[in-house]
Amino acid sequence: MTPIVSVKSLTKTYSTGFKALNSVSLDIMEGEILALLGPNGAGKTTLISTICGITKPTSGTVTVGGHDVITDWRAARQMIGLVPQEVSLESFERVHKTVSFTRGLFGKPADPGHIDKVLRQLSLYDKRDNKVMQLSGGMKRRVLIAKALSHAPRVLFLDEPTAGVDVELRKDMWKVVADLRSQGVTIILTTHYIEEAEAIADRVAVINKGEILLVQDKADLMRQMGKKQLRIDLTAPVSAIPEKLARHNLALANDGSTLIFTYDTKGERTGITALLNDLQAAGLQLTDLATEQTSLEDIFVGLVKESA
Amino acid sequence: MNFPAIRVIFRQEMARFFRTFIESLISPVISTSLYFVVFGAAIGGKIDLIEGVTYGAFIVPGLIMLTVMTQSVSNASFAINFPKFIGTIYELLSAPVNYLEIVIGYVGAAAAKSILIGLVILATAFFFVDVPILHPFAMLAFLVMTSISFSLFGFIIGIWAKDFQQLQLIPLLILTPLIFLGGTFYSIDMLPGIWRTLALFNPVVYLVSGFRWSFFGTADVPVVFSLLAIAVFAGACLVLVWWIFKTGWRIRQ
Repeated sequence: MTPIVSVKSLTKTYSTGFKALNSVSLDIMEGEILALLGPNGAGKTTLISTICGITKPTSGTVTVGGHDVITDWRAARQMIGLVPQEVSLESFERVHKTVSFTRGLFGKPADPGHIDKVLRQLSLYDKRDNKVMQLSGGMKRRVLIAKALSHAPRVLFLDEPTAGVDVELRKDMWKVVADLRSQGVTIILTTHYIEEAEAIADRVAVINKGEILLVQDKADLMRQMGKKQLRIDLTAPVSAIPEKLARHNLALANDGSTLIFTYDTKGERTGITALLNDLQAAGLQLTDLATEQTSLEDIFVGLVKESA
Repeated sequence: MNFPAIRVIFRQEMARFFRTFIESLISPVISTSLYFVVFGAAIGGKIDLIEGVTYGAFIVPGLIMLTVMTQSVSNASFAINFPKFIGTIYELLSAPVNYLEIVIGYVGAAAAKSILIGLVILATAFFFVDVPILHPFAMLAFLVMTSISFSLFGFIIGIWAKDFQQLQLIPLLILTPLIFLGGTFYSIDMLPGIWRTLALFNPVVYLVSGFRWSFFGTADVPVVFSLLAIAVFAGACLVLVWWIFKTGWRIRQ
């Protein structure tokens, strides 16, 4: 399968000398939701802006639907819808007018039917004649999405769609994204909320300091996260794992005063009861028990720290 | 060509114009009427005929030019500076539109507004004085060309300006003096020696002179020079706009 967006060795150095992207390569498949995860200033927005044509690449290539964004820019841009991070809207414009405006900019003839459809999908239809300034913050964000969808793009970029948005609206937004995906729109969203990536993405790419650290299926990541560890602190340290406990997946830590039991929360049996029984049988005295779970957050924090 | 884009940009700008109808159309009419009352009626009565024309009529072309030039610059510069300021420029930059389409949309709308204002002022003038128009087609041509070239100039200022203060800077410091010293209210023949020579370096002189010629058939400088001046000015602005978009200067990093 050929990717719908293909980024190859993309580097962007701003005129200030700041290198925002350092040889980034990334393939995005048609119909998927890719979450671009990274801390502030990681290069998420620069990556999106360069794909969309707002900033010029210093080196490297980007193609969208097989069209190079520099040499075949018109065809490439026609396929893209962009929802910016900042809520940038003309306050005095009416909702349906500003949405139709974007459609025209993208070279499509006026189509009030399509605009109404998009507005309905985003629950903006009853606000269509309102001025933008009369809308709430959440509604304004929806207007931005409606604008981006006005020309029926095949790829939609959402730059931090839920930054500074309350929980309820965030869930709403996720629903909108899921709806769009079911219509076959490829979605790339940036976020620094890990739960967001977890909730809606098919794949997760982690970016920091202008470099992609990891691109992985969310399901695979979740499998890694499905592992849990039980820490068992002992009153007296042991030199080796007692024979009676050999059948359990145990490791020694902390000079023998801690046993670490790794288990799968998704398995039918976690084996904790059997382990506790065997601990008693082996005559070990416990001071404390604790469980820990690897989360996307741990993986993320670990990766970002490593690259620092 | 992305015609839908040109159309929506043009329409959006015209809609803004009619939304602020009072500021856009009524205020130039009121201020010009004041000029007619003050210069035409009050002071003009004490002034002899200039080149065979009453002073009240003589200032009509100059007044129209004054308003058309300042309105063109202010409308076009605001039109492109505003999206930059509020951030909606991202749309223009990510849309499949090239610089020519953007310029035609914005400059076209700004010029259209100026032409409209110019004609409204002319209509207003008829209420105050008798104004002959010897060469109506040339008059329209000068009006259109001045509107387009000054809108282009305003567009450049709008891209250059980083804030609203800078937006006012060039009109205030350069344009207004050039316009007032450009023979809008007098014939440069009335200037003493050296000033007359200096005035010939002022491009506005050529535009006002050509425009006045289309009304009264008399001019400070030959009409060919006026046409040449406006062509050179428009050409220089076009080249500059082309360069701006080619390099992305102040709009695309």
